[in-house]
Amino acid sequence: MSVNETMNEKEELLSVEHLEVTFNNSRKHRFRAVKDANFKIYKGETFALVGESGSGKTTIARAIIRLNDTSAGDIIFKGKKINGKLSAEDKKWVQRNIQMIFQDPAASLNERATIDYCVSEGLYNFNLFKDEADREAKVDRALNEVGLLPEHKSRYPHEFSGGQRQRVGIARAMIMEPEFIIADEPISALDVSIRAQVLNLMNKFKEERGLTYMFIAHDLSVVRYFADRIAVIHNGRIVEVAPSDVLFKYPLHPYTHSLLQAVPMPDPQIEKAKELVIYDESKRDLSGPKPLLQEIRPGHFVFMNDRERAEYEKVLEHLEQQ
Amino acid sequence: MSENRNIILSVRNLEVKFKVRDRVLTAIRNISMDFEEGKVVAIVGESGSGKSVFTKTFTGMLEINGEVSQGEIWFEGQDLAKITNPAEWEKIRGKKIATVFQDPMTSLNPVKTIGDQISEVIIKHQGKSKGEAKQMAIDLMAKVGIHNPELRFDEYPFMYSGGMRQRIVIAIALACRPKILICDEPTTALDVTIQAQIIRLIKDLAQEYGFTTIYITHDLGVVANVADTVAVMYAGQIIEYGSVDEIFYDSRHPYTWGLMSSLPQLGEKGEELFAIRGTPPSLFEEIKGDAFAPRNNYAMKIDYEEEPPFFKVSDTHYAKTWLLDPRAPHVEPPAAVQELHARMLALTAKGGTYGERE
Repeated sequence: MSVNETMNEKEELLSVEHLEVTFNNSRKHRFRAVKDANFKIYKGETFALVGESGSGKTTIARAIIRLNDTSAGDIIFKGKKINGKLSAEDKKWVQRNIQMIFQDPAASLNERATIDYCVSEGLYNFNLFKDEADREAKVDRALNEVGLLPEHKSRYPHEFSGGQRQRVGIARAMIMEPEFIIADEPISALDVSIRAQVLNLMNKFKEERGLTYMFIAHDLSVVRYFADRIAVIHNGRIVEVAPSDVLFKYPLHPYTHSLLQAVPMPDPQIEKAKELVIYDESKRDLSGPKPLLQEIRPGHFVFMNDRERAEYEKVLEHLEQQ
Repeated sequence: MSENRNIILSVRNLEVKFKVRDRVLTAIRNISMDFEEGKVVAIVGESGSGKSVFTKTFTGMLEINGEVSQGEIWFEGQDLAKITNPAEWEKIRGKKIATVFQDPMTSLNPVKTIGDQISEVIIKHQGKSKGEAKQMAIDLMAKVGIHNPELRFDEYPFMYSGGMRQRIVIAIALACRPKILICDEPTTALDVTIQAQIIRLIKDLAQEYGFTTIYITHDLGVVANVADTVAVMYAGQIIEYGSVDEIFYDSRHPYTWGLMSSLPQLGEKGEELFAIRGTPPSLFEEIKGDAFAPRNNYAMKIDYEEEPPFFKVSDTHYAKTWLLDPRAPHVEPPAAVQELHARMLALTAKGGTYGERE
């Protein structure tokens, strides 16, 4: 099946169109953190948003869950516009159906609340249980699914290890039975041996429930394994979107290339022979018409103008021959 | 562990204990290790494995509730473990053994200019005048890749980016021409593209200045890039030690296998990622047998009863696991470990680059 066919069959879950987020630091100083972002997330896939700190990846996530105001563009979730002014009812609908898993489970859990409360907070807020027994059953099931025990309920977050706390963070998102989860660097704060456990857990939920993830990361190596499609963002601008194996095989935008090249590989022979590519926008030839995010191959989008397109075509031909 | 080479630092039977409230935590459990002059040694381990504590004993920087309860640290004919006098430490710390810490935001003084912070070290340790120190500081700033160092000399840390700040921390560390540079997760707080530049910088400077580098990290990719020798730590002990090639292509300890095969880079799409089950042991309690046994898929009965000694694999390669005992059954390392190089090559185009250009 070609990339194109799979894309057509898939149902669009979230669509971000010409999104712009601007921070007004003062009346004179305005900072555009996200510039004309366009992407679609299909049902059942893991979509990764990769970029360095300050690139705007978290800002996009926060705009989707309505924590940041947008200054232009639309965010469409299940056919409904969810940015800008919404009725109280619609707001609740968004809050319930889009859940977030945060980077630092130590900071995102209330340290004065028991695990029982942390996990059931969403149930309380949305009145999602019939009676106390029902709530307890739901919490037990959620904890069990992430590999924790019912006796953990009475404990506090500080009594757990980082990996366990992240499991609580996942349980608390999963208990809401969301369709869409935004995971903001969910494993960056965890140890190497614990990361695999958490990734496996997230994959299990994806398979069992047909969940859709937006996975935010700065580390491309994790993303290759975990994501179906990857968007690379640089300075608030999405510069390349492609299925993950395509992005790794045929990175076209020079920033994507330098980012891939910079990720250290756990292989001394490769690593010691590697050349360092530094991306410097000021040294690039930016002549020609204004670039746009355009499709160069089915499913593979690059931020480019016609002159750059011709260049990338050449690179692609060269790579495809290999 | 290796003999007849130029050993700059030699640790013998080191044990470090911390008093935490009323309990005693043994953070370092009997480590012996030699550091070869001019080489890059990478110490790998998870948080809590004791890698930072281990190197902090070389500069007398243990927290106040911690102490070296046993063992020796030999450096230039002196046992550093015996030093109790802070003045004596000042002759070593910063001057002969310097450290670059993880977070450049907190290791610089926010209310002092960059220039002052570098010159201060030169004036204190080398007794130079203010003018001389300034010139040396500017030279150092240029060395670590700061453009227009004369102009940036009078700026404050907040005016520098994270990567630039880490360059300054490195400049300060090098101001006294140390014999050993300890890099404690120097790039963990930085972006990958900046990380690659800082790693390169430390390598280049090590060549030029000829210092020995001790690199602490949990990132095996970084280790593959920088290290000559690798020591893998688990629960306060070194459990495997060898050249970088031996550790990556021929590791013997099941914990090293676990670390390698849980790397997402080696994961095959659609398959479950290998995960080491459970969590590391508590160091408050005495550990019987092999500390890794409860998480080890290859654990044998003896692993729960008796601590394994170091078994020799080659002249440079040692591993602390009963699997290497001649009486143990033969065990093949997991597929991901055996195929590491092949899998990594398959991931990349020729020579390990992605999407190679003409």
